[in-house]
Amino acid sequence: MAKVLQEATKMTQVQKMVKKALTGNEAAAYAMRQINPDVVAAYPITPATEIVQIYSSYVADGLVNTEFVAVESEHSAMSATVGACAAGGRAMTATSSQGLALMWEMLYIAAGLRLPIVMPVTNRALSAPINIHGDHSDTMGARDAGWIHIFSENSQEVYDNIIQAIRIAEHKDVLLPVMVTMDGFIISHAMEVVEVAPDELVSKFVGIYKPDRYLLDIDNPMTMGGLDFTDYYFEHRRSLAEPMFHAKEHILAVASEFEREFGRKYGLFEEYRMDNAEYAIVVLGSTAGTAKVAVDELREQGVKAGMIKVRIFRPFPYDEIAHAVSECRAAAVLDRSDGLAGRGGPVFGEVRSAICDMEKKPVTMNYVYGLGGRDINVEMIKSVYKDLQRAVATGERALVNYLGVRD
Amino acid sequence: MAEQTMVATKHPVRRPAVHEWLRVKKKFPHLWCPGCGIGIVLGGTIRALESLGYSKDEVVMVAGIGCTGRIPVYVDCNTLHTTHGRALSFATGVKLARPDLKVMTFMGDGDALAIGGNHFIHAARRNIDITAIIVNNAIYGMTGGQCSPTTPLGKRATTAVYGSVEPPFDTCELAKSAGASFVARSTVYHVKHVEQMIRMALEHKGFSVVEIISNCHTYYGRINMEGGAVEMVKAMREKSIMVSETMDYEKARATGKPYVIGVLHRDTERPEYCELYEQMMQEAIGRK
Ligand SMILES: Cc1ncc(C[n+]2csc(CCOP(=O)(O)OP(=O)(O)O)c2C)c(N)n1
Ligand code: SF4
Repeated sequence: MAKVLQEATKMTQVQKMVKKALTGNEAAAYAMRQINPDVVAAYPITPATEIVQIYSSYVADGLVNTEFVAVESEHSAMSATVGACAAGGRAMTATSSQGLALMWEMLYIAAGLRLPIVMPVTNRALSAPINIHGDHSDTMGARDAGWIHIFSENSQEVYDNIIQAIRIAEHKDVLLPVMVTMDGFIISHAMEVVEVAPDELVSKFVGIYKPDRYLLDIDNPMTMGGLDFTDYYFEHRRSLAEPMFHAKEHILAVASEFEREFGRKYGLFEEYRMDNAEYAIVVLGSTAGTAKVAVDELREQGVKAGMIKVRIFRPFPYDEIAHAVSECRAAAVLDRSDGLAGRGGPVFGEVRSAICDMEKKPVTMNYVYGLGGRDINVEMIKSVYKDLQRAVATGERALVNYLGVRD
Repeated sequence: MAEQTMVATKHPVRRPAVHEWLRVKKKFPHLWCPGCGIGIVLGGTIRALESLGYSKDEVVMVAGIGCTGRIPVYVDCNTLHTTHGRALSFATGVKLARPDLKVMTFMGDGDALAIGGNHFIHAARRNIDITAIIVNNAIYGMTGGQCSPTTPLGKRATTAVYGSVEPPFDTCELAKSAGASFVARSTVYHVKHVEQMIRMALEHKGFSVVEIISNCHTYYGRINMEGGAVEMVKAMREKSIMVSETMDYEKARATGKPYVIGVLHRDTERPEYCELYEQMMQEAIGRK
């Protein structure tokens, strides 16, 4: 009986969802409107501009109670966001590429001060040469800044991830800033069907932000970011790693609550046809959609192909991913950014590190692809599976490969 | 046929100077909207350089990011494409390494006065011999019409749908008070004047600023219902007043017209930065 009731409530919730045609940027702005933060400070940059531009019209039309500040650069955008959050407000901004690079100083400050800022980032290549299209170089550069990184495959995930990010960031045992990313243009500008929840459900889900400690608490005055030399700096930085390690459990707890309320399921990563998979690829973002088609086609031809889509890049799910690929014969990691002097891209390093202590581990290969928005298609992904099969059959493989580049 | 050839040699058709300076084959078509004023600035710049006898190798054009920042992309001289707001910082480096070259920067109002505002006042303070061309269309063109530090009070932008509540900068006043030793303004309606102002700025030693009022009909014009390119450029004629012997700067300002154009400030006494630097170096060497 209880189960029937539960199902029935779930049905009514799900029925309350409304289908809308939204781009990734629009989905992000829509989620932000429902979250209704106290302060949004932003500077425009392609391809993230629309998020804050749409948001500014919500502000102008009185649809939200937000103070909107059209600052003079991203450096100021993150500074103002940090200030607002330190003063006890729920504060958000959004950016991309050079804008994120210009926020550099403040990214570390946001994390170091344990401020739960949530920021959608539309992934785009970095200069030089200048390029406005999508790759992951921008946020990968911020991978050790102390932010939680959540990747999205499509507009729906952008919407869902932003809503969940608020809860994750503000959990009192986490209190870390979160960036929710989407691939520039491929997600940010492509219109898709997105199921949005009623405003009340989102505001109930995110709740009211009540920080324990903040600057304008006149009964408990405090200082933030004070001088910290050889005496305590190390301990404070060490204490920053702690919530990051534990964030995973909270991310999963928020995901299951989200599933109850919104009807969509999330984990640390998604496994696609990984049962009995012999050959796997690990990807982030929109490429997962393309990879699923490749996997389906290969499975039809009898190749035991599977795919892992990493959702949470920071904190990286090392053990869980190691477990997921443990039965595979070979695994390729697709990186949409280059490590240059490193051994392959950043995701490759993480996956290799994850499996390194396993007794029986898959053969691994890395593919750097899609820099500056260079297209990736089903055939290219299939060629990766072919390489994996050859590597297993002949033992021949190149560790780091560039996919889709002209020599 | 023979007659025709004769005519042709008698009156050789001289290709306009701009063609020699443009990367026509490599970079065209350009990305500007039809009717955008930025083309007038590009043309004026090339004609000014040509009339002063500069060769392409003697000129360095440094750009930030924006529709205006695209100018050097189309010019076949030494060009450096940098990041949004930083053209002047890169240009300062270029100038110090090669004081013999003519260094110019091209920035939009956002590039020069929002994200790059700091560099702008410091280049002016140093009075470094760079010619800064600022195309002021009162909006961020490239990113889709957001309000900028020169959007007039009450005017609309995509991030100020009911009008801007922030008082704007006066680019020329800012340049002057920060220490620029040559400050001029023109509008894209005044095509010959644009060229003349740029020429005078190039002839000046020290930090020279030319603000050129331009039309972004695609965003500013549309959002503020000021018409298309033609209407906006026409309106510049009405909105401008030129300084002259009988109309000094203060008098011109007192007319209340939004755009006082012409040379608004010139100081030939202020020492130039590269020269001061060289002088200090020689003194230090002498002291050893
Ligand atoms: C660090 C950084 N932030 C933001 C941007 C995005 N962006 C490119 S051009 C531009 C503004 C353009 O306006 P303006 O400088 O006035 O030049 P216009 O396009 O109007 O000529 C912005 C915000 C960027 N390229 N880099
Ligand atoms: S957007 Fe505006 S500034 Fe840019 S090219 Fe078009 S008219 Fe010119």
